[in-house]
Amino acid sequence: MLNVAKLKKGIVIDHINAGKGFDIYKELHLNDIDDAVVLMKGLPSKKLGKKDMIKIETDVELDMDVLGLIDPDVTINYVADGELISKVKLTLPKKVTGILECKNPRCISQYEHTGPITFYLVDPKTKTYRCEYCDSYTTFRSR
Amino acid sequence: MLKGRHLTEPGDFTLEELDEVFDLADDIIEHEEDYLDAAHGKLLATLFYEPSTRTRFSFEAAMLRLGGQVIGFSDPKASSAAKGESLTDTVRTVSCYADAAVLRHPREGTAHLVAKTITDMPIINAGDGGHEHPTQTLTDLLTIRHELGSCDNKVVGVCGDLLFGRTIHSLVKTLNRYSGNKFVFISPKELCMPEHIKAHLAPDSYVETDSLDDVIGDLDILYMSRVQRERFVSEEEYIRLKDYYILDHNKMKHARPDMIVMHPLPRVNEIAVEVDKDPRAKYFDQAKYGMYVRMALLSKLMGVENNVKRSEA
Repeated sequence: MLNVAKLKKGIVIDHINAGKGFDIYKELHLNDIDDAVVLMKGLPSKKLGKKDMIKIETDVELDMDVLGLIDPDVTINYVADGELISKVKLTLPKKVTGILECKNPRCISQYEHTGPITFYLVDPKTKTYRCEYCDSYTTFRSR
Repeated sequence: MLKGRHLTEPGDFTLEELDEVFDLADDIIEHEEDYLDAAHGKLLATLFYEPSTRTRFSFEAAMLRLGGQVIGFSDPKASSAAKGESLTDTVRTVSCYADAAVLRHPREGTAHLVAKTITDMPIINAGDGGHEHPTQTLTDLLTIRHELGSCDNKVVGVCGDLLFGRTIHSLVKTLNRYSGNKFVFISPKELCMPEHIKAHLAPDSYVETDSLDDVIGDLDILYMSRVQRERFVSEEEYIRLKDYYILDHNKMKHARPDMIVMHPLPRVNEIAVEVDKDPRAKYFDQAKYGMYVRMALLSKLMGVENNVKRSEA
């Protein structure tokens, strides 16, 4: 297996479903981080068969809603002094703000400045959310 | 406590709060003279960004019958919208003058947007595109309560355009919050009840059919609706479906003697004029209940329901 140095300080996003790693890299704008970021694809996994993993060698505030939307199965490990200090399991967010856009052409958000729109989870299986204004449904898909 | 609250959709109020409004409406119907000055000195703004006669007149009549006054516009070209002012700025300015505002707008979710921004004046949604029209639902519920005693344990047939009918969607969702109601959805398959509305209902609480004749004898309430020309892309399709159901004397013969017929109006052909004389036809009474329920709602939201001059018994 490819060997990537053990992280001294930073964040490991683990148990990413295979193929979602690049979506997470893109959507969290990890390319904008000056410190080292490593995206590993297709790693063997007992739980998933294959998985992706991202190591970020710095403290950075991750947008958990975006992360939860793309892959609610990931685990986030926070590392300091080479030791795991905390582990966070994600779930699909019940509501998200400023991430989704309403596609309903009749929604007021298409005509007036509304600020970030909040969407409420309707169907976890399809990641379908409801617009706070017009109640129409939007399904999350990575760009 | 409803004073100062907004009404953007029926779900904004609990069933107890809805009952508060209906109880007050009952008292207004019973003692209308006592409320003649209840809203004296209060001002209602009617902001109509699209045409309406029935709803606007109903609100204006309600406010005037409470002794209050009305300002507003019924054509956005006559407002600062024509100068490019944002909707929220317009309503914010109006909130400096008025004690409550009624808003109709063609875009869905408008009332919710405004209600989020305005905190010091109640906003009442009088229709936001094909989305919500909560005071029509209040009207329908008050009609049912008055005519049938309660909004529980009824077999409710809704007939016609169930796909685009916001009035029907809102009524079904709200009646479903009461106990024991069953629904019969009567429509051609092209205009059937959307899945997102049926998702609110227990699977055994509704049936679907395209035959009014087969089910009319089972109903406590028959709620007819107009097939809306403006919703169709194809004129041919509209012409094919517009007269799919016509309620007439013959059909009414099969209905129960205590069934009531409702319709949000305006009607086109879906109820024959001959049915108007049938005592079970309640659609014009419904318009009157609409004014009374708006009187009650305005009184509650402006906090004037106790400004009553009780007449001598």
